[in-house]
Amino acid sequence: MQITDNEILHIAKLARLKLADNEIQSYKKNLQEIIDFTETINKIDTNNIGETIGVNENYNVFRKDEIKQESNKEELLANAPSQDEGMFRIPKVIN
Amino acid sequence: MEIYELTAHELIEKLNKKEITSTQITESYLKRIEEKEKDVQAFVTVTDKNALEQAKEIDEKIANGEQIGNLAGIPIGIKDNICTKGVKTTCSSKMLENFVSPYNATVVEKLNNENIISLGKLNLDEFAMGSSTEHSYFHPTHNPWNLNKVPGGSSGGSAAAVSANMVPWALGSDTGGSIRQPASLCGVVGLKPTYGLISRYGLVAFASSLDQIGPITKDVEDSAILLNMIAGHDEKDSTSINKEKVDYTKSLVKDVKGLKIGLPKEFIGEGINEEVKNAILEAKKTYEKLGATVEECSLDIGKTALAVYYIIACAEASSNLGRFDGIRYGYRTEKFDNLREIYINSRTEGFGPEVKRRIILGTYVLSSGYYDAYYKKAQRVRTVIKNEYQKLFEKYDLLLTPTSPTVAFGIGEKVDNPLEMYLADICSVPINIAGLPAMSLPATVNSEGMPIGIQLIGKHFDEETIFRAAYTFEQETKFREKYQPKFNK
Repeated sequence: MQITDNEILHIAKLARLKLADNEIQSYKKNLQEIIDFTETINKIDTNNIGETIGVNENYNVFRKDEIKQESNKEELLANAPSQDEGMFRIPKVIN
Repeated sequence: MEIYELTAHELIEKLNKKEITSTQITESYLKRIEEKEKDVQAFVTVTDKNALEQAKEIDEKIANGEQIGNLAGIPIGIKDNICTKGVKTTCSSKMLENFVSPYNATVVEKLNNENIISLGKLNLDEFAMGSSTEHSYFHPTHNPWNLNKVPGGSSGGSAAAVSANMVPWALGSDTGGSIRQPASLCGVVGLKPTYGLISRYGLVAFASSLDQIGPITKDVEDSAILLNMIAGHDEKDSTSINKEKVDYTKSLVKDVKGLKIGLPKEFIGEGINEEVKNAILEAKKTYEKLGATVEECSLDIGKTALAVYYIIACAEASSNLGRFDGIRYGYRTEKFDNLREIYINSRTEGFGPEVKRRIILGTYVLSSGYYDAYYKKAQRVRTVIKNEYQKLFEKYDLLLTPTSPTVAFGIGEKVDNPLEMYLADICSVPINIAGLPAMSLPATVNSEGMPIGIQLIGKHFDEETIFRAAYTFEQETKFREKYQPKFNK
C-alpha cells in the first residue's frame, strides 16, 4: 500500500495534529516502512479464527450502580489550564 | 559495604534487627542520588524532603513499638507514568510537565499502606513509547555499565536507577518489553506479570490490552517480595483478575529437577547477536546440570508478533491519547482563536515525535478503509500467536529465550531509525501479545562487559514456576557477586 501526502494530511487531521512540510515527508517515510513491515501478517491464515480483544476472558464485568465520592472537585480542577467558577474554561463554541 | 549496595530484602532484615534505621537508609540513597544523578539522569523528580520526613516518622513508630507495614521504611523509585497524589506524574512528556495527579495509582496505594518510602519518579520514553529512554522530553538516561550506552526502555530510568544503586528497587510498566528489555540491558531483574495480575488503575494508559506494571529489582527474592505487595484484584480495573492470593516468596527454592523447559530455536537464530545466543546456550547447560530438561522447539512468530504489536499498540495508543486535548489537564497552547485550534495546537506542541509517529500509525490502521485489513487482521493473528504458546505449554513448564537480541546499544545509534529501534523488542513483544508472564534475569556479560539477560516465560498466572527457575539459576550462577558496573566500584 503506497501512502500519499494527502493521506498523511488526512490522518494528521483525524488525530488533531499539525505537520510541518518536512514532517509530512519524514512521517510518510516512517509510516510507509512500518506499514510495509506489518504486511507480513497477511501470510498468516486466519480463516475461522476469532479476534483477541483482550487476553483474559472476563468480558462485561458489572458492578452495582452506586454513587461514591472518589475525588473532590477542587482537586480535579487543579490541573485545568483555565478554569472559572468551578468549571473548565474554553473559547466560545456557538456563534 | 555501603547501605545503598544492599538488596531490599537485606535492608528489611537489617531494619527488623534494628541494625540500621530508615533514616540511615534513606540518607544513604539520597546521598547516592546526589552524587550519581548527573551521570545517570534516571530521575524526573526526586522527593528528597518527603522521603526524609517519612523515614523519621517510621523510625519513631518503630522506636515506640507501633504497628507498621511490611515494607515500612524501605525506599523505592516509581516510573513516572504511575500516578502519585501530590507529586508530579509527567510521563516524561511536555504534555504532562506540570501534571499533579489528584489520586494514587492502586499499586502506589498498596505500597503506601506498607509504609514504603518513595524517593521519586523515574525517567521513561515519552508515554512509555520507546526502547532506549532517549524519547524522554526531559533528558536521556544513561546506562550505568557504560554511560555512552542506552539503558533500554521505556522503563530505562527505573532499570538504571536500580543498577546504579540509586534506589533498592523500582516499579516499571511493560507494554512490549518496557520492564524486561531495560532490565536485561542494565543487568537487573525485571518481571512482567501475567496480564490481569496487577491493577492498572492509575497507570497512564499506552495500550490497555498490553500494559502491565511490574517490579525491577536487584535479585529474584526482591522481585517476589515486591510482587506479593502489588498483586491482586482491584474493582477499579475490570481487567484485573479475582483469584486467590499467592505468596511468591514460597517459590524461592533452589530446585528445578524434572522441570521441562522449551527453547524456541527461532529465538537464537537470525538477528540474534552471537554472544547473546551463547549466553542462552550456557543457560541451557546450567539448567540441564541442575536436573531440568531443556529441549529445542519451534516458535516462528517473532516478526509476525512485532507487526501485530505495532498495529494493536499504536491503535490503542491513538485512542488513549485522544484525551489530551488541552482542556481538563495537561499542556495548553497559547496560540488559539477557537476550540479546534486548542486541540490541534496543544497536541502538536505537547507531544514529541515518537508519540506523534505512533498516533499517526494508530489512526491510520483504525481509519475507515484500513480497519479490517490491519486492525481486525492483527487481532485475529493475535489469537494465532496466543494459540502457538498454548500448544508449547502443553509440553513445557517454561520457555527460555533472550530478552533482547543485543546488549545495550549506543546513545543516538538508533534514534533516527524507528523500524530498527522497534526490532529491539522482537524477543519481548510476543509475551504481551499473549498476555503471559515473563522475567528477564541477568546471566553474564559480553566481551565488552555489557550485561546479557535471559528471559523465562511462564504459563498464564504461573509466576511461581518462573520464580523457582529464576531463583535456582541466580543461586547457581551468582551474577551479582561476579559482575557489577565499574561505575559502582
